[in-house]
Amino acid sequence: MTQQAVTKPRVGLFVTCLVDLFRPVVGFAAVKLIEDAGCTVDIPMAQTCCGQPAYNSGDRKDTRAIAQNTIEAFEEFDYIVAPSGSCAGMLKKHYPGLFKGDLTWEPRVAAFSAKVHELVSFLADVRGVQDIDARLDGTVTYHDSCSGLRELGIRAQPRALLGQVDGLTLRELPDADVCCGFGGTFCVKYSDISNAIVSEKTSKIEASGADLLLAGDLGCLMNMAGKLKRQGSAVETRHVAEVLAGMTDQPPIGGRG
Amino acid sequence: MQITSPEFKANSRAALADPQLQKALGNVRSGFIEKRLKAVADLPEFERLRDSAKAIKDHVLSNLDLYLEAYEGRVLEAGGKVHWCGTAEDARQAILAICRGVNAKVVTKGKSMITEEIALNEFFEKNGITPVETDLGEYIIQLRGEHPSHIIAPAVHLNKDQVEEDFRRVHDHLAPGRDLTEPEALLNEARRVLRSRYFEADVGITGANFLVAETGSSIIVTNEGNGDLTQILPKIHIVVASIEKVVPTLDDAAQILRVLARSATGQDMSVYTTVSTGPRRPGDPDGPEEYHVILLDNGRSAMLGTEFQDMLRCIRCGACMNHCPVYHAVGGHAYGWVYPGPMGAVLTPSLIGVDKGGHLPNASTFCGRCESVCPMKIPLPKMMRHWREREFERGLNPAVGRYGLKAWAFFAKRPRLYRFAAAMGIPALKVFSFGKERFSWLPLAGGWTKYRELPAPEGRTFMQQLRERDAVMKQAAP
Repeated sequence: MTQQAVTKPRVGLFVTCLVDLFRPVVGFAAVKLIEDAGCTVDIPMAQTCCGQPAYNSGDRKDTRAIAQNTIEAFEEFDYIVAPSGSCAGMLKKHYPGLFKGDLTWEPRVAAFSAKVHELVSFLADVRGVQDIDARLDGTVTYHDSCSGLRELGIRAQPRALLGQVDGLTLRELPDADVCCGFGGTFCVKYSDISNAIVSEKTSKIEASGADLLLAGDLGCLMNMAGKLKRQGSAVETRHVAEVLAGMTDQPPIGGRG
Repeated sequence: MQITSPEFKANSRAALADPQLQKALGNVRSGFIEKRLKAVADLPEFERLRDSAKAIKDHVLSNLDLYLEAYEGRVLEAGGKVHWCGTAEDARQAILAICRGVNAKVVTKGKSMITEEIALNEFFEKNGITPVETDLGEYIIQLRGEHPSHIIAPAVHLNKDQVEEDFRRVHDHLAPGRDLTEPEALLNEARRVLRSRYFEADVGITGANFLVAETGSSIIVTNEGNGDLTQILPKIHIVVASIEKVVPTLDDAAQILRVLARSATGQDMSVYTTVSTGPRRPGDPDGPEEYHVILLDNGRSAMLGTEFQDMLRCIRCGACMNHCPVYHAVGGHAYGWVYPGPMGAVLTPSLIGVDKGGHLPNASTFCGRCESVCPMKIPLPKMMRHWREREFERGLNPAVGRYGLKAWAFFAKRPRLYRFAAAMGIPALKVFSFGKERFSWLPLAGGWTKYRELPAPEGRTFMQQLRERDAVMKQAAP
């Protein structure tokens, strides 16, 4: 028994800043799911944010400093897992570019980034999870967040895992692959355009007939939930990990009704 | 043309409030995307063709001087002339000199974004020459005194009834009671009106999709055949093209053609693919007496060897804007210069300066759909980010955002301090929600709450809860 515990892969959970600040239940759901998938989970205290706000605002110097902190905090683990396609994409696809030509950091970042996974794809692809132990009686629809979809190829995995949830009916969202208009600071810098894009999205969500909207990225979820609630929609919103972990006691994102 | 890119925000607000435009943009959101998807699905080797098309252009860009000189040599052998033009003004003057040489009064034009870039129509009018656009979309917007809102569908911002109105207003020599309800009727009327102009023209100007170094040929693709009439009927044919249009061989052009129309309109091939090599030769049944190529740089060679070089692979298919949520929302005119959408967001700052074009690379959600459909695999979001870096280095972005970002980064670089601040701020924010799950308004969050509710935080941060949970577990342990 002890022997088995020792050989379990060690996962460092990158909680993500939005989960830490706004939706801790997603972090606890991630811990449960990763442990259920036969891994041990560590949560380094020295983590903050992946650095995207700086990176996408053109501030490379601060981005590098944040990235170095993150790498130092996580490089000891077998896997680094984040409950967000956008943050995982940053760690996996964008960190290496920050250290091009830096002989000290280039090999470190390469080793680090190779071990980074988004939560749902980690469960489905790396751990081959087939036995999600959760129940949700309702009709859900799923939005494919852009970074997860296009940078990491996450599309089939959440659908496969949701298919294992008892009582759950998945209704496909038309244009599920189209951006929700969040885009980080874009949504406040160009709020009029962002509003037009998210309005298009919420009309599709309403038309899907689902009573619960799921996605894998809290930024997108807060954007869509915020718009749905402003429009007085009854559709509720949750992170996909909450449903997969069977942790849906918390009120949905932005509340009910 | 007047640059309004610095007013992108005001432009986009006006676009969002324009019901005619919003109706027209509905066609972009559906039509182009479905057609491209089907065309790609029907060609199993499409992905490999993208790779080979990209490789061709990368090779050309690494050897651009070589291929341009080879191209010029072949053009000369075929009896044509190449005019090397560093700037838009050089190009305009070279074109004017050619037109003055034959005392041209009327010039017909095939579709050409480069002539938009050098603002040729305005220049012609100032110099007493009448430009006549012969592409249907270009013709319509010329009647309206507008500029293209899309690089391959210049009048995509208009609805059919608006075009009907324009035709009735301008073609006032035709019977007022005529039936113009069908798009076909509009097309036929434009054809009839344009037909006589082809014969009046002394000079015909076309763009080029490719310049072929091996043969000295220029190639255009069109769906209306107007390009052929434009270049064959007048005495002089002027090709206006930018330097990155050169490809080594006809085979290379054929390779890229296989991805071009599929990416653009979802056609296997455009209806007409026209290859022109020099002026009319003895024995040719038709063709111009003179063949000129205006080879325009206008800032492109300065992109070589920089992080923006990949942009020069662009073949102007328009797939990026067809798939862009921002373009779908505001249309092409909001971008405020010649090139809209994601390709415009990268190219415009290169050509007019990031101080004027800076909004465009910022007005992107980085959703990446443009890059995923770009036949030349241009990393458009990455290059938009490079522009943001240039802006940041030069301190061009707004001060409020810069200071906000710096303050945030100060904490984000210091995990202990960050945890402390979060542990203070988040529970306080929760208290401020007075038990509700969302905020309709919050100080400093107006950009968010103008249009959406802000979901309230759960209460304590994840890190706080984790520490408490661990403390409980440690106490419970024997």
